[in-house]
Amino acid sequence: MTWSQLPILTPVVLLVGATAVLLTGRIRPSLAHRLATATCASCFAIAIALAVQVHHHGPTHYALGGWSPPIGIELVADTLSVYFLLVITGIALLVMVGAAPAVERDTPGRSAEFFAISLIFLLGLSGIVLTGDLFNLYVFLEISSLSAYTLVSSGDERAGVAAFRYLIVGTIGASFYLLGLGFLYSVTGTLNMTDMAMRLDPAAIPVRLAAVMITVGLGLKMAIFPMHRWLPDAYTHASSTATALIAPIMTKVSAYVLIRILFFVFGTSMVSIDLPIAQAIMWLSVAGVLVGSTMAIAQTDLKRMLAYSSVAQVAYIGVGIGLATPLALAGALLHVISHATMKCCLFLVVGAVELQTGNRKLSSLSGIGRKMPWTFAAFTAAAVAMIGLPPTGGFFSKWYLVLGGMATGEWWVVIFVLGASLLTATYFFRLLESIYTRQSSELAPIKEAPLAVALPIVILGLAVILFGLFNSRILDLFLRDAMPPGLVISG
Amino acid sequence: MFSETTQPLWALVPSLLAIPLILATARRPNLRETWTLLAALSQCAVVLSMLPWVLEGHVIESTLWSLAPDINLSLRVDPLGFLFALVASTLWIVTSCYSIGYVRGTREKHQTRYFASFACCLTATIGIAFSANLLTFLLFFELLTLTTYPLVIHKETKAALSAGRKYLAYTLPAGLTLFGAICWTATTAGNLDFVAGGFLSTKHGTAETLQLIFLLFMIGVGVKAGVMPLHSWLPSAMAAPTPVSALLHAVAVVKAGAFGVLRVTGYVFGPELLRDIGAWTALAWFAGITLTMASLLAIRQDNLKRRLAYSTIAHLSYTVLGAALLSPWSWTGASLHLVFHATLKITLFFCAGAIYVNTHIENISDMAGIGRRMPVTMAAFAVASLGLVGFPGINGFASKWSLALGSLEAGQGVFLGLLVLSGVLNASYFLPIIHAAFFKTNPAFDRVAEASPWLVAPLVITATISIVWGIAPNLGAHAVDLAMLIATSVTGEHSG
Repeated sequence: MTWSQLPILTPVVLLVGATAVLLTGRIRPSLAHRLATATCASCFAIAIALAVQVHHHGPTHYALGGWSPPIGIELVADTLSVYFLLVITGIALLVMVGAAPAVERDTPGRSAEFFAISLIFLLGLSGIVLTGDLFNLYVFLEISSLSAYTLVSSGDERAGVAAFRYLIVGTIGASFYLLGLGFLYSVTGTLNMTDMAMRLDPAAIPVRLAAVMITVGLGLKMAIFPMHRWLPDAYTHASSTATALIAPIMTKVSAYVLIRILFFVFGTSMVSIDLPIAQAIMWLSVAGVLVGSTMAIAQTDLKRMLAYSSVAQVAYIGVGIGLATPLALAGALLHVISHATMKCCLFLVVGAVELQTGNRKLSSLSGIGRKMPWTFAAFTAAAVAMIGLPPTGGFFSKWYLVLGGMATGEWWVVIFVLGASLLTATYFFRLLESIYTRQSSELAPIKEAPLAVALPIVILGLAVILFGLFNSRILDLFLRDAMPPGLVISG
Repeated sequence: MFSETTQPLWALVPSLLAIPLILATARRPNLRETWTLLAALSQCAVVLSMLPWVLEGHVIESTLWSLAPDINLSLRVDPLGFLFALVASTLWIVTSCYSIGYVRGTREKHQTRYFASFACCLTATIGIAFSANLLTFLLFFELLTLTTYPLVIHKETKAALSAGRKYLAYTLPAGLTLFGAICWTATTAGNLDFVAGGFLSTKHGTAETLQLIFLLFMIGVGVKAGVMPLHSWLPSAMAAPTPVSALLHAVAVVKAGAFGVLRVTGYVFGPELLRDIGAWTALAWFAGITLTMASLLAIRQDNLKRRLAYSTIAHLSYTVLGAALLSPWSWTGASLHLVFHATLKITLFFCAGAIYVNTHIENISDMAGIGRRMPVTMAAFAVASLGLVGFPGINGFASKWSLALGSLEAGQGVFLGLLVLSGVLNASYFLPIIHAAFFKTNPAFDRVAEASPWLVAPLVITATISIVWGIAPNLGAHAVDLAMLIATSVTGEHSG
C-alpha cells in the first residue's frame, strides 16, 4: 500500500500544530509545550512512515491542489529528502521534549509564541527538503529564515542586533537565490526541478550565471567561509533552545539545497567540469574548517566556541560536496546526521548548564562533570565525535571524506583532515580537562538536570556512537539511494 | 553460544561488563573491587580456553557487522594476537590485586573512575589483540588512547595534567597519522584484513609511495611503542599511580604499540615487500639507536619510575628490532620479548610502587639499605632486573638469545653488538640499585617493613613466573611454540 499524501502531511501537521499551540497558549499556557512536543513527535512518525514507503516503493510524488507538474507544484519525497526530513524532525523532537523550563525562563509569558514559531520554522525546513519546485523552495526558505530570525531575537540583550544582522545577510542570500532562479526561468520556462534538469543547456551564459548566483546565495545561508560572519553572533546570543534547534539543522538544510540544485538540477559534470563551482566550494570550505576551528580555540564563551565549531563542521560538508565523488558525498551526508546529533547534544548541554548554574563561561565549568555526570558523559561522547575519533559518527564521515578525496588523487585531504582534527582536539580536550578535573566551590549545590532535559541529551550522546558503529546501515538504507545521478558508491 | 567463532567476542565481554558494574557500585568499594577481580579472572579464562585451538593452527574469526563497504568489524585470534591478549589478561589479574592494595594504601581519590578506566583499557587492549583488520585495529587503538587518559591524569596534580596533555599531544597526532596510513592503504589495496606475510605488494604502488605509507604507519604505532624520537611522552606519563604505570606503561599501552609494529610489518607489508622497498633497514636502525640511547638515558635518571620508563623504551625496541630484521629467529625473539619483558617490567614497577606506598620514596639515591627491610620486594626486583640484563635462568634470556640468533640469521651482526651493549648498559643501571639496597644501611628505614600482602603477593607471583619461564620457557602458555608459529607464518620459514 502506498500513501501518496504522506509528503504533504508533515507541513500540514506543523501548520495546524503551530496554530493550535498559539491558541492553546491563550487559554492554558502549560498545554502549549505538550502540544508542540506532540506535533514534533507526530512529524517524526510521519517521517519514518515516509522513509519506509520510499524505501519500499521508491520516490513518492504529490501534486499540490491536483495540478500536475510541471505546471503545478509537486512535492517529491525521495531518499535524499526523507533522510534530511528524519534528521530535521528527529532533532526537533529531542529539542522540544526538554525545552519547557528554558523557554519559560528566556521568554517569560510568551512561550506559546516561541513554540508556535519553532513549528513554523520546522514547517519551512521540511518544506524545503520535500518540494520538487524551485520557486516553492524559495518560499519555504523564506518561511524558515524569517522564523529563524524571530527565534534568534528571543535571546539575550544583544540578540536583537545579531538577529538583524542575520536577517540582512539571510535576505541577501535569498535574493541571490531568487535572481539566479529568475535567470533559469527565463531560459527554461519551468520551475519544476526534474523538468528544468532536462531543459538546461549547461553552456548557456544565463545558466552559468544562475549557477554562480545560487551557489553564493546558499553559501551565505550555509555560512561557507568567508560568508560565515553572521553565524557566531546569531548562535551565541539566541536563547539556548533556539540555538539547539537552529544550529543542528538550519545550515544542513542549506547544504541539502546546494546538493539538490548542483547535482540534481545542474548535474555533476556541469558544476565540477564545465564550471569550477565544486572546486570553489571545496577550497572555501577548507579555509572555513581551518578558520572556524582556529577561532573556536580563541573563545572564552562555551556557546560562541560551539558556534565557531559549527562553521568548521558545516564546512566539512562543503568539502564533501566540493570533492563531488561518491564516497566524499557519502561522507558529507553522513556528517549531516552525525554533526546534527553531536551539535544538538552539545548545545542542549549548554542549555542544561545555563539552567542549572545560570552561567556558560568556560571558566565556570570547572569540575561540573562530576556534578552532572549523565549530561557530561553525553557531552564527552559528542566532543569525541567532533574531534572525529572512532567509533563515533564523526570518525566515519571523515573516513569517507578522505577515501573519496584519495579516490581522485586529492591526497591533501588526508593532511587537511589531520590538521583540522588536531585543532578540534585542542579546544575540546582543554574543555574536557577542566570539566572533569578542576574543583570549584561555587558548584557545590549544582545538581543533575531534570529528566526531561537530561534524557534527550543522553539519547543524542548514545546516537553519536551508534551512528558511528552502524554507519554502514545508514549507508545502505539511505546514502546509496540518495546519490545524485551518475555517482555510485561501490562495494 | 560458546562455539569457536564466538569465543573472541566472549573475551571482550568480562571487562566491558565490568565497567557499568563498577560505576554502579561506587559506594561499596569491596563489591566494586570484586567486579574487577571477577572480570579479570574470567577474561583470562576465556582467552586461555582458546589456547588448544590456536596451538593446532586454527585461526578463529568472528565477524560482528559491517563498518564500511567491504570492511567489517571483526575479531580474529591468531598466535600473535593470542599471545598479546594472554599477557594482557593474565597480568590484569595480578595488577588488579596490586591496584586494590595500592589505591587503598595511598588513599587515592576517585577510585571508581580508576577501576572503571582500567576495565575500559583492558577491553581496548583485548580488542587490539584480536582485531582482524586495520580499521578494527584503529578503532580499539584510539579507544585505548582515550581510556588511558583518565588514568594518566589520575592524581590531578599539575604534573599529572601536563603529563596528560603531553600524552595526548603525542598519541592523538599519531592516531591521526595511522588513520591517514589506513585510508591510503584502503584506497590502494581495497582491503584491510591482516594476512600473515602481508597483503601489500609492489603492485600497489611505487617503492617511494610504499615507503611513505610505511613511514606513516610507523609514526602511528611507533609513538605508543616509544620508538625514538617519539618517546618523550612515556617518562612524563609516569606521573600516574604506579599500578597504572605497571600495566599500561609496561604492558597494555606500550605493548599495543609494539604489537602494532609487529602487525604492520608482518601482516600488512610482509617481509618480502619490506626487503623490496628497503624499509626494514631504517626501522632496524631506529630500533637499534633507541635501545642504546634509552639505556644510556636510563642511567642518568634518579627517579626510579623514570629509570624504568627509559628501560621500557629500550626494551620495546628489542621487539621492534626483531620485527625489522624479518628472519624467523628474530620474529620468535620479538614475540617472546613481548611476553617476557612484560612479566619482568611489571615486577619492577610493582616493586617501585611497594616502596613508594611504604616510604614515599621515589628516588634511587634515597633507596640505599631498603633491601634489608623489604627483602622480598627487593629480591623480586633483583630477579626482574637480572632478567632484563639477560641473565640465563630468567625468561629475558630466552628472548634475547632468539633475537641474537635472529640478527645473525639476518646477516646483521652489528645489531648483535648493540644487543650485547644494551645488556651491559642494563646491568649498569640496575645492578647499582640492587647493590645499594642490600649492602648499605640507612637508619631511616628502621621502622619500615614489607608492604601489605596485596602488594607483595603480585610481585612475588610475577617474579616467580619469570624464573619458571626462564627455566622452562614453554611451560603453561606454550609461549615458545606460539612465537615459533608466529615466526613461521610471517616469514614462511621455520626457525630452529
